[in-house]
Formats: sequence, structure tokens, C-alpha cells
Amino acid sequence: MIRSTKKKTKKTGRRHPMATVALVAIGLIVTGAAYAGFSNSSAIAEVDLQAQSTIDEGQKLFASNCATCHGIQADGTDEGPSLIGVGAASTHFQVGTGRMPLAFQGPQGMVKPKQFTEEQTLQLAAYVASLAPGPGIPEAQYLDGDGDVANGGELFRVNCAMCHNVAGAGGALTEGKWAPKLSGVASVHIYEAMATGPQNMPVFNNANISSDEKRDIISYLKYLENSTSVGGFKLGSLGPVAEGLFIWIIGLGAVVALTVWVTAKSN
Amino acid sequence: MSNATATPTVTESEHGVRFTRAAANYLDDRTKISVAVKEFGRKIFPDHWSFLLGEVALYSFVVILLSGTFLTLFFQASMTEVEYSGSFVPLKGIEMSAAMASTLDISFDIRGGLLMRQVHHWAALLFVASIGLHMLRIFFTGAFRKPRELNWVIGFVLFVLAMAEGFTGYSLPDDLLSGNGLRIIDGIIKGIPIVGTWISFLLFGGEFPGNDIVGRLYSMHIMLLPALVIVFIALHLVFVVVHKHTQFPGAGRTNNNVVGFPVLPVYAAKAGGFFFVVFGVIVLIASLFSINPVWNYGPYDPSPVSAGTQPDWYIGFADGALRLVPPGWETEWFGFTWSWNILVPIGVILIFLVMVVLYPFIEGWVTGDKREHHILDRPRNAPTRTAIGAAGVTFYAAMWAGASSDIVATHFQMSMEGVIHSLQFALIVGPFIAYALTKRICLGLQKKDKSIALHGYESGRIVRLPGGEYVEVHKQVTDYERWVLVNYNEYKPLMVRPNDEGKITGGQRFRGVLSRWFFEDRVSPATQSELDSESHH
Repeated sequence: MIRSTKKKTKKTGRRHPMATVALVAIGLIVTGAAYAGFSNSSAIAEVDLQAQSTIDEGQKLFASNCATCHGIQADGTDEGPSLIGVGAASTHFQVGTGRMPLAFQGPQGMVKPKQFTEEQTLQLAAYVASLAPGPGIPEAQYLDGDGDVANGGELFRVNCAMCHNVAGAGGALTEGKWAPKLSGVASVHIYEAMATGPQNMPVFNNANISSDEKRDIISYLKYLENSTSVGGFKLGSLGPVAEGLFIWIIGLGAVVALTVWVTAKSN
Repeated sequence: MSNATATPTVTESEHGVRFTRAAANYLDDRTKISVAVKEFGRKIFPDHWSFLLGEVALYSFVVILLSGTFLTLFFQASMTEVEYSGSFVPLKGIEMSAAMASTLDISFDIRGGLLMRQVHHWAALLFVASIGLHMLRIFFTGAFRKPRELNWVIGFVLFVLAMAEGFTGYSLPDDLLSGNGLRIIDGIIKGIPIVGTWISFLLFGGEFPGNDIVGRLYSMHIMLLPALVIVFIALHLVFVVVHKHTQFPGAGRTNNNVVGFPVLPVYAAKAGGFFFVVFGVIVLIASLFSINPVWNYGPYDPSPVSAGTQPDWYIGFADGALRLVPPGWETEWFGFTWSWNILVPIGVILIFLVMVVLYPFIEGWVTGDKREHHILDRPRNAPTRTAIGAAGVTFYAAMWAGASSDIVATHFQMSMEGVIHSLQFALIVGPFIAYALTKRICLGLQKKDKSIALHGYESGRIVRLPGGEYVEVHKQVTDYERWVLVNYNEYKPLMVRPNDEGKITGGQRFRGVLSRWFFEDRVSPATQSELDSESHH
């Protein structure tokens, strides 16, 4: 009986058992594609940072999202620093990586999904840049990743590795602060971080590391990120701690399991 | 037909036997090898997985020798400045030492070189790790007791030699990481009051880093230290044969016998096979997992220090000890700076190591036990020793974790200071907590053993008696199982007695105190009369 009814009501169309799965899949693909389309849209060319309309839009966004801490005139409050003179680069970095607006007051602003589109971020940057001169958003010629990799590597080891680790894997600072890992960071954000010194990072201005040298450093980091690891799995590029943990847990673990096996066989 | 084929086979095998006989006689007449085969081939080895840990160390050492020999064919232990022109693009044209350049050549331009490097390094990590685990096994089962105290010392020397081998090897490529490691050594040496700076200049041939250190470490690494390791391994093994192997307690196993397999043919075949198993594991790891990618670190330059700079794991405890010292511990006396922040951790580490190497003698003196022991202790049956071991492991682990404090902080999103302070607490209070907990657990397990020996184990079967009472049926263990539970030594605290002159010396009194500390809390094994009276129930 049961079997026959099952056969009769063979579900098709939107009642098909796989319909939900298909629907979810379609939804994900559409959203993902749309998201990718949005985030890829390189708005740098489209938004005129000098235009008064852009600055006005930025001011509106600022007033409703940032003024609580940075003050309605962007001149700072007890909760947040003044933004006069920090420049477009700083705003583009902080908002573009999702660090601003802060999720909470902590030792350091954390990277999180960004809250503004690239266009809105640039409008904010234009507004902040209009307050006083400051480091601007870098030109595309410094971000192409075709610089001198060897020179970039040397500069990176001398200037950056003490906090970010030689392989850009990140490292600890004092009082709960840290230097983040650098893989997966957009070239433009790396440049802006060097130029503006966000949070606990020192500023590396053009007198210290020139724009071309910044380009070399970016090229080196992109080389590290995109080249395959010749030695095998990298174990997080963390050096001897990861290697030591690995040999104790996996290496010695496997060997001990084999000693048990070897001695169990004979009994 | 059948006859025709059978006849040559017979003569062939007869011929073979004759040849074997003749060859064996020839060899034996000239070398008396049959004596060795008879003695060694009939050597009995008991079977337990933990008895193979030392073998793992031995086999990793063989792998290290083989891969190391390959590396010496291409490595140049020279600090001459060269311009790198190999195939690794991000270092092209960079000035570096010949040592670093040849390491890069081994990694990128010599066939099989990178695999050999990784085999060598992973095998080295496994070598020291298996020695560590082997030592823990020896310690917690009491295998260091008479007559094996000296072999414990030899094993300890091997452990120290292995660490020295590891550190000198780590320093050879002259990359940023190894240079940072040497800089710490330089700092420690310079921390020695008055003579430190002179010793540093002597060692490095001038101001750090100089042009000599790689060559000097190289001759230690490939000549002196391996020769010493081989000599001590040989001694270690000779003593294993002389003493015979220890065995875990069990029915039929006594202090006068060894229950197990003879070396020939079973054990030798298994051990030989096991060598290839260990070799295989090392090569598998080395082919899949990157280790010490020197090309990331770049050539040594005294100015940069990378975040996450650590020594290999076996030096980690020393690095951690330096990190756990509170800042600002130094005084100026007689115009010299006394860097307690370096001298104290080094002193603590040396005291710790001396206590490890002397432990068999300390325990022997406290217990006053002069008998030979070939039956191992179950760790629970020596609660104080096990607790001391747990305290030592905790102490070492706190220092060890100290070396990775920065990585712990970033990966668990904690503050660096919080991690350091917790580890300082763990370093000082942790061993006491571990001691107390372990001792309680051991005594609890002993009580449980005794109750199982006397009353059997809980079967889980509940029976209702005619009167309405519910009881759980206890099942008796077999005689074999009971033997393991009741057959262990019971030590009692030593009585402090006057010596020949009628005096109680301070040493004796101290020994009495220690003995009471060792054996005050104890669970005596179930006696035969207790067992008999229980069985009548």
C-alpha cells in the first residue's frame, strides 16, 4: 500500500526533493556573483575625489556613521582621534578593510567584513581629504606588483619583518596588540598602511621608503602570496614552533602508533 | 623424466649446503664469530611498544647521518661574501655568505637537495623528540635504578649532545633565523660577568657575527659531535646488552629472567624492518611538509629580527626561560654589569639539568635500596617519583611554552603580557600543583588496584536478595591479572639510626626527612593472608 502511494505521488517541479537545494544553490550563486561584481568594481576611476558632490555625500555618510566618535567636525572626541590631516589614504584603508567603524573599543581595530561599498568609502575619503591635506590614495602604477622583488624582500626584512614576520605571517605586539598577517591584503591597502601608519604601525613616508620602494615591497609580498611553496605544506609559515608541534603530535604520534603496531603483531 | 629432474636439484642443494658450511667454518675459524652469534643471537628482548622508543632515536640518527653526508657534498661552510645568482628570484643579486648561497643552491639547484635538507631537519627534530619520550619512559617506569644508573647518565649525555648537534646545525645556513639564534647565544655569553665579552670575541673571532663562526660550528657539527654521539650510542647499547632488558611486571617474569623473543631471527627482522618504517615516516613528512624555508628568511644581517623568531623545539625551553624573566634584573657592581636576567635563567636551567642527570643517585640514596631491579615499576606504584616527574614535566613545559608566547598570544587573541604572566605562574606554582595532583591520582589508583585484587571488579550485575536487598556481584580477577596488581615493592620510611659512634649525623637526619617525604603516604600491596581471607568469603 505504502509503496504504491509513494509511486503515484512522484514529486516534480518545485515539489521535487532537490528543489530546496537547487534554490539555495541558485541564491548563493546570484548573491556571490553580485557581491563579486560590486567588490570588483574599481571605483577609483569612477569617483572624482575633488568634486563637491562627492565631498558632500561623504560628509553625510560621515555624520551618520563616524561622527559619534570622531566628532561632527571630524576634530576628534574623547572616544576617537581627530581626522584633520589624516588624508584620503588613511580613510580608504581603515574603512576599506572593515576596521572602521570599530566593532568595539579594544587594543586594536580588527579586520571585519566592510560596511561600505567602494564608492561610499571613496566619498568618505574625499570628505576627510577635503578637511586638510594628507596622504592621498596611491596611483595604480605603484600597485601593479611588477617591481624589483629582490629589493622589496630586503626592504621588507629590514623594515617590516620584526612585526609582520619574514613570511608576512604576522606577529604579536605588547598589550594585546598585534601585527596582522599580510597575505590576502589588497595592494592598495598595503601601500596606504605604509603611507599612513594605521593603529600601532609606524609611518613609512616617501622620505623613508620611496613610492617605488613601496612598489617593490608590494611586489615581494604578492610574490610570496602567489608562488607555490616549494618545500610542501607551509604549516602557517610560523617557523620552528609550528614545526616542533608538528613533529611531536604528527611525527612522533605516527611513530608511536607504529611501535604499538609492530609489537602488537607478534603477540 | 621425474628422476632426471629431481637428481640435479638434490645435488644443487647439497652443493649449496656444502658451500654455506665451508664459508661458515672459514669465517668462524678466523673470527670466532659463532661466539658472538651464540651470545647475541640468543639475547632475549621483551616486547612492549615503549621499548622501541630508543630504537626510533637510533634510526632517526642513522637517517640524519645518511642525509647529512649528502648535504656535506654541496654545503660550503664559509662566510665569504658572494652575490647570489641561483634560481630563486627574490634573492637574485643579494649579497650573502657562501654558506647561505650554497644552502639555497642545495634547495633550488641540486637535484634532490631540498628533499635531503628536509629529511635531515625533520629527522633531527624526531631524533631529539624520541630521545625525550624515551627518557620519560625510563623515568616513569623506574628503569634507571640499579644497575642502570650509569646508562641513564650516558643517555642524558646523548640528549645534551643531540641538542648541541641540533643547535650547531640550525646555525649553519647563516640565514636570518640562525643568525638571530646565534645573537642570543652571543648575548648569553656576554652576560657572563667580566669574562663574557672576551669569550664572545674568542668564539666569533672578533665582534659578532664575524667571519668565522659558521666554519667553527661546522667542524663541531660534522666531526666532533657526531663522533661523540656514536661513541655514547655504542656505550649505551653495550650496557643494554650487559644489563639485559627490563620488563614490565607479570606472571612468570622475575628479576632473574627476561621473557620475550630472541634477537635472531624474530627480533632482528622486526627491528630491521622497523628501521625502514621510521625512515619511511621521516621521508614522507619531509616530502610533504616544508621545514626551515631559509629563502623566506633571507641572508643574515644583524639589524632585522623577524617576529616569531624561535629556536627549534629542543632549545625552546632555554629561550622560554629567558623570556619569562621579569624585565630589569641587573645590578652594577665594581664597574661591571651583572645581568641577572641572563644569569638566573641559565642557572635555573643548569640546576634543572643536573637534577635530571643525578636523579637515579638521589632516589637510590633516599630509598637506601641497593638491590638490582630488572622489573619495571608501574608509575602508580611509585607515587612520589611519578609526582616528581610530573612536576619536572610541568616545569619544562612552562619554559617551553614561554618560547612560543608570542605565537600563543596572536593565535588565541590574548595579550602578550597575560600569556607571559600566566606562564610565570605556571613555572613556579604549576610544578607543585602537578606534584600534589599526580601523587593523589597514583595513590587513588593503587587503592583501586588493591580493592580489585581483594574484592574483584564490579560486574555491573545487580542481584536482588530474598530479603529485598540489592547487591552488585563482584567478579574475581584471574590469577595472572592479580599478580600484576599485588606484586610490587613496598618501601617504608627509613628509620634514623645512630652510626658506629652512636651519633645521628645531619646527613642521616636529612635522609630520614627525604625518605619520609617519599614514603609517608603509601598503599601497601595486598598480602597473601589478606587475599586468602578474602577468598574464603
